[in-house]
Amino acid sequence: MQIIQAFVDHINFIGAVALFLIGLHTVVTKKNLIKRIMGLNIMGTSIFLFLVAIGNVTGGVPPILQQDPNVNYINPIPSVLILTGIVVVVSMTVYSLSLTIKIYEMYGTINQDELTYLIREEEIHD
Amino acid sequence: MKKHLLSLLFLIFFGILVYSIMEMPTMQNQEAPSYNEVTEYYIKNAVNDTGSVNFISAILADYRGFDTLGETIVLFTSVIAVASVLRTVKKKEGEDY
Amino acid sequence: MDDRIVKSITRLVIPFIQLYGIFIILHGHITPGGGFSGGTLIGTSLILYTLVFGLLPSKKKFSHRMSQIAESGGIVIYVGIGLIGLFLSGQFLTNLDAGFPIGEPGELFSAGMIPLLMITIGIKVASTMVSLFHLLIEGDLDADHPGIR
Repeated sequence: MQIIQAFVDHINFIGAVALFLIGLHTVVTKKNLIKRIMGLNIMGTSIFLFLVAIGNVTGGVPPILQQDPNVNYINPIPSVLILTGIVVVVSMTVYSLSLTIKIYEMYGTINQDELTYLIREEEIHD
Repeated sequence: MKKHLLSLLFLIFFGILVYSIMEMPTMQNQEAPSYNEVTEYYIKNAVNDTGSVNFISAILADYRGFDTLGETIVLFTSVIAVASVLRTVKKKEGEDY
Repeated sequence: MDDRIVKSITRLVIPFIQLYGIFIILHGHITPGGGFSGGTLIGTSLILYTLVFGLLPSKKKFSHRMSQIAESGGIVIYVGIGLIGLFLSGQFLTNLDAGFPIGEPGELFSAGMIPLLMITIGIKVASTMVSLFHLLIEGDLDADHPGIR
């Protein structure tokens, strides 16, 4: 059937979209702070998969110089842009985790409902 | 009840995104819109300009060297940011430097 | 950890991981790899040492002072290589116009300034990974269990 053939041809892009929605569902639904930070990390990884899938050429070889003069190389530019993206995602994850350590030292819990209750109580007593 | 409504909303969102992805070009060959003159220039002239056989290293370190400099500054800034939050100065004898 | 098998095998395996990481950094212009992946390998081997032997022996090998030198020295050497290009010709960070030897494509000593930049990036990424791990673990020490339990 034509729909299944189109589905199999675009399998890389559909995988990237599915990973993005899994990450977004984790950020919106869960109550633990560390699980939400991991959801942000998964969303960033899905965008890297999308960028690499754009630069793919059917029947291509990796971009190292070969002896054969007429081969098709894959597009090297998205692979270069991903390296800077990885560093940004790692830096954001590490800073969020260090702020979570400070929140646990100050309030004693990392559950979102209990934190809302404790912060609101602290503002009333001030 | 609210959780089931949220999961249904996500499934509808997934359907809309898959429908809009079907327009993307599938058989990527040399006529795809993302394979333009910049890529052809890099592939044709990388060995003569820089002398390195690996195209990605030549783009990272020679043609786009400023981006790599900015990225090392981002790595440096992240270490400083985490150290400013977590490393408290305690006045206690017998602590290693 | 107090396990004898884990400590012996870690002591055997860590030099080979570091040797492989240095190989990937130095051959960054011939094979796939480069500065970032090689630096990650060397940083991972030092994190493995911290996990098995404890935090205090690992801080003796990679102290706060060495992390300061590696982090700042990486950026200073990178900008220094760019300034060499500014003084010898008219532009910042050039490869051919500044007189770096270009050699034959495919050899180890070729491609101008690309291996030097890869070594700089590798040192910086390894030092970043180990420093971040030591900072996140440090709050877990207490007086009667030095190191990670």
